[in-house]
Amino acid sequence: MFWQKELETMNRKELEKLQLERLKWIVSHCYQTVPMYRKKFDDAKVSPDKIKCLSDLKYIPFTTKEDIRDTYPFGMFAAPMNKIVRIHASSGTTGKPTVVGYTKSDLNNWSDLVARLVVAAGAREDDLVHIAFGYGLFTGALGLHYGLERLGATVVPTSSGNTEKNLMLMKDFGATALVSTPSYALYMAEVSKDMGFTRDDFKLRLGLFGSEGCSLEMRNKIEEAWGLFATDNYGMSELMGPGVSGECEYRDGMHIAEDHFIPEIIDSKTGENLAAGEAGELIITTITKEGFPVLRYRTKDISRLNYEVCRCGRTHVRMDKIMGRTDDMLKIRGVNVFPSQIESVLVSCPQVGAHYQLIVRREGFMDTLEVKVELIDTSLLEKYSELEKLQRVIRAKLKTVLGIEAKVTLAEPKSLERYQGKAKRVFDLRNTKEEKFER
Amino acid sequence: MFIKQLSVFVENKPGRLSEISTILEQHKIDIRALSIADTTDFGILRLIVNNPDQAEKSLKEAGFAVSLTQVIAIGIDDKPGGLAKALNLLYNANIGVEYMYAFVSRKGEKAYVILRLEDNEKAVEMFKQNGVELLECTDIYSL
Repeated sequence: MFWQKELETMNRKELEKLQLERLKWIVSHCYQTVPMYRKKFDDAKVSPDKIKCLSDLKYIPFTTKEDIRDTYPFGMFAAPMNKIVRIHASSGTTGKPTVVGYTKSDLNNWSDLVARLVVAAGAREDDLVHIAFGYGLFTGALGLHYGLERLGATVVPTSSGNTEKNLMLMKDFGATALVSTPSYALYMAEVSKDMGFTRDDFKLRLGLFGSEGCSLEMRNKIEEAWGLFATDNYGMSELMGPGVSGECEYRDGMHIAEDHFIPEIIDSKTGENLAAGEAGELIITTITKEGFPVLRYRTKDISRLNYEVCRCGRTHVRMDKIMGRTDDMLKIRGVNVFPSQIESVLVSCPQVGAHYQLIVRREGFMDTLEVKVELIDTSLLEKYSELEKLQRVIRAKLKTVLGIEAKVTLAEPKSLERYQGKAKRVFDLRNTKEEKFER
Repeated sequence: MFIKQLSVFVENKPGRLSEISTILEQHKIDIRALSIADTTDFGILRLIVNNPDQAEKSLKEAGFAVSLTQVIAIGIDDKPGGLAKALNLLYNANIGVEYMYAFVSRKGEKAYVILRLEDNEKAVEMFKQNGVELLECTDIYSL
């Protein structure tokens, strides 16, 4: 099933024609209304009319999160404030938040794009959807909320937090779909078990997960815990929020809504474009947004593009699950390490839980990696040798995947901190004093 | 014939053992014997208590990784050579000891040894044949 079939299955030639038309418009819109863009173009000696075909995109300077911060709060808005009807902001874990604005038309498109992705994932009008994303400035909750309402599903906006109550309502209302981060879905499953519920007490059949990466192994765990079909979707507030891309029923990549976004993959070091199929940093240009357009935005997310037409019939390009972040990539003893690689190892070991922490330290001149996991399988308590064997097995698997040695520490069940939004799993203490680190 | 023993996973950080003993206190659980060994990161605390099922439940609820395992308890003479006699029997019967710990009773003349053996059943038979006192769980819980 499709939400906007004609647009979602448009052939590439027509799609590119539409993209070019919209690209030319957005470039001139940005140049005329946002001083930051005008300056970037002028500094790079690029005139907006230099863009004559899609491959001319490469002449446009990149936009970064720093640009948005430098113009805090509204410096990159491309519509006058009396046309802006909504403001969102991303969590300001480092410095000021990045603030974005939407016009009425932007909100209208946003709802349709989210409706597209939830329909592609399998949501229908008769679904009752529990939204356990945190409401507020964060785009995730309201983005899904409006898209699901547009579809006609029944939306329960409970927000994250108060997990026991969330579970009670999910059970009592007979929720059929869940919107949350993958890690919160797992946490809810744990709490539900503690409350004495089994998955048969719930009617969940579909999971719409986003806002953080979800490895295949983690997806399997969630599916097993809840008995639902788990799908991944992708977005970020700078681009719009959720609705940029999402998995269809085949779950073979996330379809990017190409009539609204043009993706590119670059080498994050050189800035050069990479060929389709190569992994690199995802760059997105929004081509319909009025309030907060971005040109060649550096997402810092690492992915790959696949232009083959999908079995579902959608022609829009598919991006791989995010393989890591250019900025959460850890360089340990010169080796690139992505938390997602470590996660996939841990989730394949049933004796330990799905929550983990990575702690990187510098001891002398040597970087060390400690991986903390929770022990679940109590049958191993019979013998020390069993626990030590488990540590050895995990260490060996990590060595195979990462190419470096890691120390594996077993922690007590449920002792690692749980997060209701994005999980913080990496603690890089190489440039900090150790005592600052408290888990 | 078999005694239920609790094994609790304990991270090597301050306050864990005091938390466990406080939980046991809150549930009015009496500890009969205990042993703890540790590696650099964690330890396994082994406990014999008067109400092992309740203790397991309470510790689980408090978030600890706990398991119940079966061990045997024998009574030996509390004098030089008492332990040697029992261990010689095991050695001669070719039964390996995985771990053991001992405690003395208030009654004076007896000491008790908790044993986790490679083959608990075989050991029980062997001890019976040799007239070694084997404790029932009721004996232990009411000590």
